[in-house]
Amino acid sequence: MTVMTRELKASYAFVARNWHLTKRYWGWEAAFLVYAVAGALSITLIGKDQGDDRLLFYLMIGAIFWNYLSVLFQILAEQIAWERWEGTLEYTMMAPVRRVSQLLGSTFYAVVYGLVHTAVILVTLALFFGLDLSRADFATAGLFMLLGSLSFIGIGMMAAILPLIYVERGAQMTFVLQSLLLLISGVYYSIEVLPDWMQTLSRLSPATYVLDGVRRGLIDGAAPASQFHNVWPLVAMAVVLIPLGVWMFGRAERYAKRTGKLKRVG
Amino acid sequence: MTTLLDPREPRLAPEPESPREHQPKPKAGMVLAVTDTVVPALLVEHVTKRFVVGRRKKPVLAVNDVSLRIERGEVYGVLGANGGGKSTLIRLVSTLLTLDSGRVEVFGFDIERDEMAVKRLINRVSVDAAFFKKLSPLENLVYAARLYGVDAGHGRRDSIRILARLGIAEKRLSRPLEQMSRGMQQKVAIARALMTSPTLLLLDEPTTGLDPRSKLDVQTFIEEMRDDHDTTVLLTTHDLAEAERLCDRIGILNDGRLVTEGTPTELKAQVAREHGRPRTLESVFMSYTGRSLDEDAEADEDADDE
Ligand SMILES: Nc1ncnc2c1ncn2[C@@H]1O[C@H](COP(=O)(O)OP(=O)(O)OP(=O)(O)O)[C@@H](O)[C@H]1O
Ligand SMILES: [Mg+2]
Repeated sequence: MTVMTRELKASYAFVARNWHLTKRYWGWEAAFLVYAVAGALSITLIGKDQGDDRLLFYLMIGAIFWNYLSVLFQILAEQIAWERWEGTLEYTMMAPVRRVSQLLGSTFYAVVYGLVHTAVILVTLALFFGLDLSRADFATAGLFMLLGSLSFIGIGMMAAILPLIYVERGAQMTFVLQSLLLLISGVYYSIEVLPDWMQTLSRLSPATYVLDGVRRGLIDGAAPASQFHNVWPLVAMAVVLIPLGVWMFGRAERYAKRTGKLKRVG
Repeated sequence: MTTLLDPREPRLAPEPESPREHQPKPKAGMVLAVTDTVVPALLVEHVTKRFVVGRRKKPVLAVNDVSLRIERGEVYGVLGANGGGKSTLIRLVSTLLTLDSGRVEVFGFDIERDEMAVKRLINRVSVDAAFFKKLSPLENLVYAARLYGVDAGHGRRDSIRILARLGIAEKRLSRPLEQMSRGMQQKVAIARALMTSPTLLLLDEPTTGLDPRSKLDVQTFIEEMRDDHDTTVLLTTHDLAEAERLCDRIGILNDGRLVTEGTPTELKAQVAREHGRPRTLESVFMSYTGRSLDEDAEADEDADDE
């Protein structure tokens, strides 16, 4: 067996495992999905309430894309915390699998899971508000979703490190990080309303560029080609954050092995 | 030890890349009579591991300058009191902890330089049967199989066979693992390790919590692994009868130090001779492991080294 097929097989192990977990926890999955749909719906209804179509679209895009990015972030960031909680972390870490393959498998699953979530929300909102999706600009939406995914994957990998380094606090830190991203990325409002120092932080969040790009494309009809200012930061972040995330993961693993932080009991 | 086999070519495990160790490769059919020319299954040299437990506390010396050598096909038992460093030693060999100092080699592969090759040769069973509890045993085992490059179908068949031997019926294997008793979960954990056909099997109290019959089943299985597949085993246990039955050699780890080692017969003779105690493993255990509560207190007071 070549190294490549072996590693792909290992990646698939993580996909299949996560799929089985999703099936076994289907009750929770359904509950989360209902919560996500209800959340997106109620926020979008603010636009309806105000009788403002532009606001309605603005909020809808925020709700849908934030949901996608946060699901992606959460799955990646929680993969270590989850295994620590189950107690399987040591077994996964001692298996002859490269970290890249592990992260690849988890990421693939997270993306598919996020897309399914997003599709359900999108269809529900479209039906609820009687939107005609056949005229939607899927190219722009898809482009920013792809670029946003890549940079969020990098951030997610880095966040996954926290539970590796901090046995208990780590999972709490990733949660706080996610909340901060929500606050600064202009999900439901323009970042201009934030204080200056927060706007500076906004520019560090990939979600800011994703949301701005999608809104300009879908609401104002701006072509992706005219949105270089939103595209290049996302590309740059992806190029930097993904390798950095993998590298930092390796460092964190080494630290955990030096300080005995992988173990739970026995 | 004499062998007809090239110890660097495990028959069951996936083919590792060749180690950087420059041992002459023995030709097939050539009998090696000199121990030193054979690559040992496990070589531990002056290994030390400390844990920092608090900023103001003295680090815990969990493993203190331990050296040992286990030949292929040998079952080596590590006995010792709670907190003696047994699990830490096993974790060090499992690549789950890094060495503070010293060197560990598995079939000539250095544990740090050739980590991936070592990982392919080993597997471990620990006291706690750690699984995804909502998943079924089969789902857990297939996941583990894939991680070790074992085909899912193969993994499934092998684990069903192993678990049948340990008294768990196939129809139990599709329900969530959390519905199984602790002992049954432990058997699934044993199957998980055996399924990947490790050439070096690390067993950390594998039979703790098993009923007497299951214990015997597992012990028989370990013996078969050694006899039929030449598997090398590093075993820790608190069951002295088990140690006596399984182990070719036993080492006693006390406060992180390997205080004595030998065959069960040698050790028993030794305590009879030196301590005038009955010739039992229990006497051996009692003679070489002491309680160290007082020492701990003292150590905290004169915490000045490092
Ligand atoms: N990850 C860790 N972090 C901090 N200290 C640790 C860690 N693992 C082990 N220790 C300490 O190292 C010492 C040896 O522990 P170890 O688990 O190796 O003992 P053991 O011989 O396996 O004991 P038992 O028979 O109870 O299983 C103990 O003092 C323990 O508290
Ligand atoms: Mg132990």
